[in-house]
Amino acid sequence: MARTASDAMPAAALPGTAAPAGALGGILRDAALYALVAFGLCVPLVAYRTDPGPEGLVLVPRWGLVAILCGAIFVLRLLQRLLLLRRDARRALTASPAQATEAVAGEPDAGQKTSKVGLKVFVAVALTLPVLATLATGDLASSRYWIDLGILILTYVMLGWGLNIVVGLAGLLDLGYVAFYAVGAYSYALLATTFGLSFWICLPLAGLFAGLWGMLLGFPVLRLRGDYLAIVTLAFGEIIRLVLINWTDVTGGAAGVSSIPRATFFGIPFTADEDGFAAKLGIEFNTMHRVVFLYYLILVLALITNFVTMRLRRLPIGRAWEALREDEIACRSLGIDTTATKLTAFALGAAFGGFAGSFFAVRQGFISPESFTFLESAIILAIVVLGGMGSQFGVAIAAVAMVGGPELLRNLGFLSAVFGEGFDPSEYRLLLFGLAMVAMMVWRPRGLISVRMPSVSLGERRAISGAHVSEGHG
Amino acid sequence: MDVFLQQLINGLTLGSIYGLIAIGYTMVFGIIGMVNFAHGDVFMVSCFIAMIVFVMLTTVLGLSSIALAFLVVLVVSMILTALWGWAIERVAYRPLRGSFRLAPLISAIGVSIFLSNFVQVVQGARNKSMPPVLSGGITLVESDSYSVVLSYKQCLIMGVTAVLLTGFWYLVQRTPFGRAQRACEQDRKMAALLGIDVDRTISLTFVLGAALAAVAGVLYIMYYGVVSFSDGFVPGVKAFTAAVLGGIGSLPGAVLGGLIIGLIEVFWSAYFSIEYKDVAAFSILAIVLIFMPSGILGRPEVEKV
Repeated sequence: MARTASDAMPAAALPGTAAPAGALGGILRDAALYALVAFGLCVPLVAYRTDPGPEGLVLVPRWGLVAILCGAIFVLRLLQRLLLLRRDARRALTASPAQATEAVAGEPDAGQKTSKVGLKVFVAVALTLPVLATLATGDLASSRYWIDLGILILTYVMLGWGLNIVVGLAGLLDLGYVAFYAVGAYSYALLATTFGLSFWICLPLAGLFAGLWGMLLGFPVLRLRGDYLAIVTLAFGEIIRLVLINWTDVTGGAAGVSSIPRATFFGIPFTADEDGFAAKLGIEFNTMHRVVFLYYLILVLALITNFVTMRLRRLPIGRAWEALREDEIACRSLGIDTTATKLTAFALGAAFGGFAGSFFAVRQGFISPESFTFLESAIILAIVVLGGMGSQFGVAIAAVAMVGGPELLRNLGFLSAVFGEGFDPSEYRLLLFGLAMVAMMVWRPRGLISVRMPSVSLGERRAISGAHVSEGHG
Repeated sequence: MDVFLQQLINGLTLGSIYGLIAIGYTMVFGIIGMVNFAHGDVFMVSCFIAMIVFVMLTTVLGLSSIALAFLVVLVVSMILTALWGWAIERVAYRPLRGSFRLAPLISAIGVSIFLSNFVQVVQGARNKSMPPVLSGGITLVESDSYSVVLSYKQCLIMGVTAVLLTGFWYLVQRTPFGRAQRACEQDRKMAALLGIDVDRTISLTFVLGAALAAVAGVLYIMYYGVVSFSDGFVPGVKAFTAAVLGGIGSLPGAVLGGLIIGLIEVFWSAYFSIEYKDVAAFSILAIVLIFMPSGILGRPEVEKV
């Protein structure tokens, strides 16, 4: 609600800058209007809570909450308008830069400058996280929370990088990416529980299966573009989830697959007995060894994803992906095989999703269709888009923000003192997540890192603004 | 044969509800070329609004006339849901006009996640069931083993849908607003040059779409009596399928598509397997988009280079 009319602002604020005193009344009226709309939206959804009673539903009035919400909207809008008023007054004094040249010049902006340093810091922190967490919390066992969080974030970084091949490089909008994640997870879970294959054999197989599914699903949608492609991939994702739920004989249905074998250190299990990892190395047994191992495993997998993507970008196939994103028709007239180009993008993205899926299965020890809902696809897509499509580092930052940020909510327990008992901040996780997606699109539609380094160029390599990168139609 | 007749009635009822939602998708796609992903959740919100207003009218205010209560619920839900539609367009879509193509779609997914979780937070995660409203029906075929019943609820649903669609058709075909709307659909820039307030027209399109979704919501909650915060997604996708099947951008197509999807879903559940009925709907969506993307009544898209 807070960022609504920013597009209408320049025009509306011009008279305001001339007569700030008169504008104040207008701003108050505007904020009051916002509060009124908020009131209309809150009635009756917020004002009356329905609770099952002895005879049908019982309505519990909560007008106090409505008043608080409307008041909050009023204050926020007022603050926003006042801040914008000052900003526009300041801008009116300086000559506005010519808009067209601003974008083309591609001066490295603050975001790009920090991203060079940030990348090094990010990799350093990722490599040493278990050590840092142990130092910070005192001992290895109590650092478990942080390492688990690191594993979760890195899983999403890997998924983001995998999807980035399809969406960011080839420009094919895929809303069903979680299907390949599911294929990878079920491949490992079923192969391991039925045939007793080890994780190290299943990992490549899971990627292979997911890649095959990527090709299979990619084939019929070759002709589709944009929104239609998005919806069909969404449909495929849902079909795979529904089949997983209903094909009870093979997949275990909604109950999922449990007691999936744990990961081993290349054949050496992480157990307390004398064949175990700790005994072989002659160190004291600790359950955290496995967690730290899993952490480094996903880190290596994610880095492989990144490395492969960065290398492929420079190969003819990677350049064909980017050309396809920019203009499919031009691509075809220049003799690029668009079918092969699209299918490789689909298959490779899916294969990385499959690797991540089999890692997910080995880490959890239990999987069910619950974990592969459309919401997961939306989260992964949001990570790619918020990161700035095509920017590897941006995706990593976005994954930290989108996955790590909601975790912070869990630590806000003190808020229950303010809002009363039974206030659980993590209930608002997805609510804030949805709002963040909208706010990001309104505020920075090109993502956090919105500059691109061209993969090939004539002469000097210069960063270009993300606004010049086409988002693809196919 | 009796079973067939009964399923036909059930399918047409369900299809009417899908058709009403599908109009919201098809109008928005026609005018700004985006898939309004949040439309299914707007429908879900309207179900909750209708339920709360209805419970308030009958238990708190003690209204005894069902017909009057239904009318009030319909009008109030349409107004409040239209406000939601307006606010969503204003906050999440309007600032993105002229932005890159994926931006509105991603924003719409954000709105969809927001709406379902907003309802979950304010109304709780459990299914809400409402006392049955209108019982009884007309028995069409009477036999010892199976009797075909057209319930009053189904009559009401089909009747209300037909009346509202006629009114809506009139609005789009015969009024200045409808002319402006169709003009914006054809060429937004040209319409703006000829003095049509494009932003206002788009806003009104969202308002109308949301109001029709609200009608669907009122009918849905009356028919099934149960709703939960997550009930927006699947009907939303099915209604979108209906819009695509009928030819996106075409209003009669949306209704026709809705009826076809409703019939397919009901017959599939009756004759094949009820577990896979959503798989059937999703498969139809994929098949239609792949093999006949312009739908039954739509115009084929011509690409200019």
